[in-house]
Amino acid sequence: MITLSNVTKVYKAASGNVTAVDHVNLHIEQGEIFGIIGYSGAGKSSLIRLLNGLEKPTNGEVIVDGKDMGKISGKQLRQARQQIGMIFQHFNLLWSRTVRENIAFPLEIAGVPKEERMKRVDELIQLVGLEGRENAYPSQLSGGQKQRVGIARALANNPKVLLCDEATSALDPQTTDSILDLLVDINKRLGLTIVLITHEMHVIRKICDRVAVMENGKIVEMGEVLHVFRKPEQPITKRFVQQVTEPEETKEAMLHLLERYPNGKVVQLTFVGEAAEQPLITHIIRQFDLNVNILQGKISQTHHGSYGVLFVHLDGANEEIERALAFIRQQEVGVEVLANVE
Amino acid sequence: MWNELFPNVVWDKIWAATTETLYMTAISVAATFVLGILLGLLLFLTSKGNIWENRVINGVIASFVNIFRSIPFIILIILLIPFTKFVVGTILGANAALPALIIGAAPFYARMVEIALREIDKGVIEAAKAMGATTTTIIWKVLLPEALPALVSGITVTAIALVGYTAMAGVVGAGGLGNLAYLEGFQRNNNDVTLVATVLILVIVFIIQFIGDFVTSKIDKR
Repeated sequence: MITLSNVTKVYKAASGNVTAVDHVNLHIEQGEIFGIIGYSGAGKSSLIRLLNGLEKPTNGEVIVDGKDMGKISGKQLRQARQQIGMIFQHFNLLWSRTVRENIAFPLEIAGVPKEERMKRVDELIQLVGLEGRENAYPSQLSGGQKQRVGIARALANNPKVLLCDEATSALDPQTTDSILDLLVDINKRLGLTIVLITHEMHVIRKICDRVAVMENGKIVEMGEVLHVFRKPEQPITKRFVQQVTEPEETKEAMLHLLERYPNGKVVQLTFVGEAAEQPLITHIIRQFDLNVNILQGKISQTHHGSYGVLFVHLDGANEEIERALAFIRQQEVGVEVLANVE
Repeated sequence: MWNELFPNVVWDKIWAATTETLYMTAISVAATFVLGILLGLLLFLTSKGNIWENRVINGVIASFVNIFRSIPFIILIILLIPFTKFVVGTILGANAALPALIIGAAPFYARMVEIALREIDKGVIEAAKAMGATTTTIIWKVLLPEALPALVSGITVTAIALVGYTAMAGVVGAGGLGNLAYLEGFQRNNNDVTLVATVLILVIVFIIQFIGDFVTSKIDKR
């Protein structure tokens, strides 16, 4: 659906050239939810704007649905853009128009006759769950409702691709989740390809099939979300994964725990996919002569299965602990012994 | 009673002068609105980072606007006498005041239009572009509607300034309440005529302000 080959975007500035996107290669399948994560200034905003021609690549090729977005212009570009919906962090609704009129705007641009326009708007209002708010102005809506209008507007012309530019970054956690659920629902129902950029790993974890990590204009790591969670390679990826799996105070808590449990071992277990759903701790207690003390744990649901981290304290004879660790490793569970205080 | 309080006031003349002032104001406001929006749009669209970014055109319009905005109005009338004579055929009467009124006010309003357009969230324009809108669509369906309250309050301020300008134009022979207050009131020492003309000008200004505020509050949905 989307192919980027060797794409570079350089901005000319008085202080010298800035390379926002640096030799990026990317292929996104039809129907996929693809996430791009990075801190601000990583170049993800520029990258997503290359996909609908709001920015032109300095070098390389951007192919979306068979069209070279870097080359086409004028009418061809405008028509291609009607097939690519976009939603924004700050919603970018027209305050002078009601919900209904905002959603109708892209239809007006596409030249859809009035009667059909009204019908389509009604469908879209239902799709995003805004019944009853049709005639409200954006200033009368909450952030979540505004983003729903944004989504309805982006979907008006039945696009093949939906671009989400930090679409949930201005929303509170609960609203974020409801918007993400809506995006997944749309993805399933309409078979829409979704490309989203974000700085929140939570968003990637919750809805993405694959993720690309961006740093300094380059894609430094890319893969299935679950795989990236299991084996993050780059330091920046590890930091993003920690956003979701480890509460911030974990490190401090661990130091404290190591002091409190001078005997035995404190172990970090990492569960991915089906392993997360097995009663591992029960097996250990039944099969080995050990005391197992659960110190801290967290299981997160990703789009393709669960991912969990558990900190446990194993107490007992040394050999028994080693045997237990060997057993755990056989279960495809990641094991890391945090300290051996003997 | 009216005749005792205002012995020198000829009400027919007052009425005629009021009509002239209203006529000059109405025509010049309408022309200023159109011309100002046109110039303001050009200023905005050709500025840096916008759809028609063009330093040369932007520079030319900006200097034109700045020059005509800085010339004191009374001097502008005199400078424009040859132009007025060419366009209108005379330099006396309400019609002869129009070129100076419009040329004096349009650049002033153009700057207000430019400011109003710059206030529009860039993201909204970007969203329209991302939807595949043409520049014409962006102008008519995004820029002008989104800036409308500011455009209306701007034209209100400009219209009030124009009422003042018509009074000045009156002094050099354009007719209207300013002319009446100066010739019949001040020069003949008929203070009652000056007073009536002043009060009428105030009433016109208040009505314009009221209408402007009312319309702005009706269309502003922010």
